[in-house]
Amino acid sequence: MSTITYRDAMREAIRDALHRDERVFLMGEDVGRYGGCFAVSKGLLDEFGPERIRDTPMSESAFVGAGIGAALGGMRPIVEIMTVNFSLLALDQIMNNAATFLHMSGGQFNVPLVIRMATGGGRQVAAQHSHSLEGWYAHIPGIRILAPATHEDARGMLWTALEDPDPVLIFEHSGLYNKKGELPPDAGPVDIDRARIHRKGRDITLIAYGAGLWQALDAAETLAHNSIECEVIDLRTLRPLDDATFFESIARTHRAVVIDEGWRSGSLSAEICARIQEKAFYELDAPVQRVCSAEAPAPYAKHLEEASLPSAQKIVAAVEGIIHPNG
Amino acid sequence: MAEYTMPSLGADMEEGTVIEWNIKPGDHVRRGDIIGVVRTEKADVDMEVWEDAVVDRILAKPGETLPVGAVLAIFRGETEAKQPAPPPSEAKPAAPEEVEHIHASPLAQRIAKELGLDLNRIHGTGPHGAITQADVENAAKAGEKPAPEKAPPTAAAEAGLPERTAADVQAGMRRAIAAAMARSNREIPHYYLETRINMDRALRFLEAENQKRSVHDRLLIAVVLIKAVAKALNEVPELNGYWKDDRLQPQESIHIGLAISLRQGGLVIPAIHDADTKSLDELMQAMSDLITRARTGRLRTSELTDGTITITHLGDLGVETVYGVIYPPQVALIGFGRIIDSPWAENGMLGIRPVLTATIAGDHRATDGHRGAQFLTTLNRLLQEPEKL
Repeated sequence: MSTITYRDAMREAIRDALHRDERVFLMGEDVGRYGGCFAVSKGLLDEFGPERIRDTPMSESAFVGAGIGAALGGMRPIVEIMTVNFSLLALDQIMNNAATFLHMSGGQFNVPLVIRMATGGGRQVAAQHSHSLEGWYAHIPGIRILAPATHEDARGMLWTALEDPDPVLIFEHSGLYNKKGELPPDAGPVDIDRARIHRKGRDITLIAYGAGLWQALDAAETLAHNSIECEVIDLRTLRPLDDATFFESIARTHRAVVIDEGWRSGSLSAEICARIQEKAFYELDAPVQRVCSAEAPAPYAKHLEEASLPSAQKIVAAVEGIIHPNG
Repeated sequence: MAEYTMPSLGADMEEGTVIEWNIKPGDHVRRGDIIGVVRTEKADVDMEVWEDAVVDRILAKPGETLPVGAVLAIFRGETEAKQPAPPPSEAKPAAPEEVEHIHASPLAQRIAKELGLDLNRIHGTGPHGAITQADVENAAKAGEKPAPEKAPPTAAAEAGLPERTAADVQAGMRRAIAAAMARSNREIPHYYLETRINMDRALRFLEAENQKRSVHDRLLIAVVLIKAVAKALNEVPELNGYWKDDRLQPQESIHIGLAISLRQGGLVIPAIHDADTKSLDELMQAMSDLITRARTGRLRTSELTDGTITITHLGDLGVETVYGVIYPPQVALIGFGRIIDSPWAENGMLGIRPVLTATIAGDHRATDGHRGAQFLTTLNRLLQEPEKL
């Protein structure tokens, strides 16, 4: 086991992919000489050269479009967008081209493209840099959405994504890059189909992804002192959702809280709640609760930003409200 | 706002019928006021109110049979504003009964259906008072009867409540006793201890005391025994309380339930409140009052629910020793037989003494025989110094 950061695990994944397949290359703003705005690609330019580590102009639409073209031309591009907030400039490319090409071409052209981007708030960088919009992308048929929360997944999801014949978007929570964790020396590719139960418990199911997983695990630890045993699920893949895993869990716990850093209305958490009531209604012993971000542009002020985001305390409160509704 | 719910008048009560209301919306009520009468399988019982309040709404109509915990009326604080007036129920034509939506979790509904339980009879403890899986399972454990096939109360029932025949009352009481006693024998591992008590001093004391009293105020030996039990419980408090939620919950107040047999058969167990702090005269008064009201069917709710221990005294019938069945959730029952002149060895001499056999039936989950023995020893000691009672 070695102790590394999430950032290191991600870099290791990119390096591994570059070694495995010469069709793989990385491109995006400042990924080369600057080493990536979150320093994920630091050192890769020296190691692999400017042909495979390519700095692009500040035009998300252009370089995502270039990535789609390269993928159609037989390459396996990894496109890095600084954060999901700026990805909206490339939304047309992602949605109208990458996600629809296979369909529009009558199955002739698939787009084996991987787009990585940071998401999430908590770093006091205000409303234009802090939102969690992965739930929007999870709305779109034709693309797969991944949210690695653990070091193992940061290290292992990329290669599996590159092997997928269709577009895959990877959302890396910016609050996780510095998080330290353990990784076995032989860590490698992982599946990108199934959610994972991180902690077993019989009283309530906490459904989370990305940074929310760690808040849910903290909350579960706190609640364990009050004899409430939480089952914590890391969704891992936001589209297609592995709903079988949380249905199966709820069949045992009969209660659930969904943690989603996106806004509540029309969110991924809303989709999960809807599926639970469609398919697991008669397993429910209490209404499903959600812990989401406040429905406002992310505040800059530290105390306001903290108040606006999901937290372990809010998860604890939501669980207590379900298990001990009468105090 | 406070809800006044169908009171639980004993471990055996599942539902009750509102017989009458003495209040109407807008009335001010004081703690202890009798606001109406509810009929259980055992008796018609006065409903007491627990705090000063104003009647906001009355939800249960006379004649309605409702499960324990069902909301009968809504009270508000003296200073609270009136709730928006509900549509006048009196003016309504005799429309079909509105079906009240029961809040129960989907899982609770499914399990109740599988078990054939009636959600109307189950008290909800979940979010917003919803019935949860645990509520259904507890109801199932408590032996909730499968839902009857019968229709909800009809308009005819409301119009005029038919008087129950003596046979109905008998059958109902028998069922109630059956339920409580079966539960007791099923759940409570009883242990029994008995001791013989020389009642010479106690009887002499009683005689001397009664010399001072007019015929109406004379004390019965039962009162001396009640007081002795109450004081013994002060010293052995573990026997005074309940077994609930898998643990012994001793009660501070000592409310002694008296098993009172009714002439027509059956029994009720009303309690004398705070028996340890009452004088012998007060106890005598309380006991006469209870017996009279028990036999006329006018007991108060608190008297039927508050007992922390029960005394069964069958001496009048010539029984020597009582082996009682504990009234759940209490944890002990004290039995007294007849005081019989018996041979008694004392200081190497054989004499004749009035002897009482006292027994204790103890819940072995709550206490051990050691505790029961302590109690009987204490009781004996107290009865040897009756003037201190």
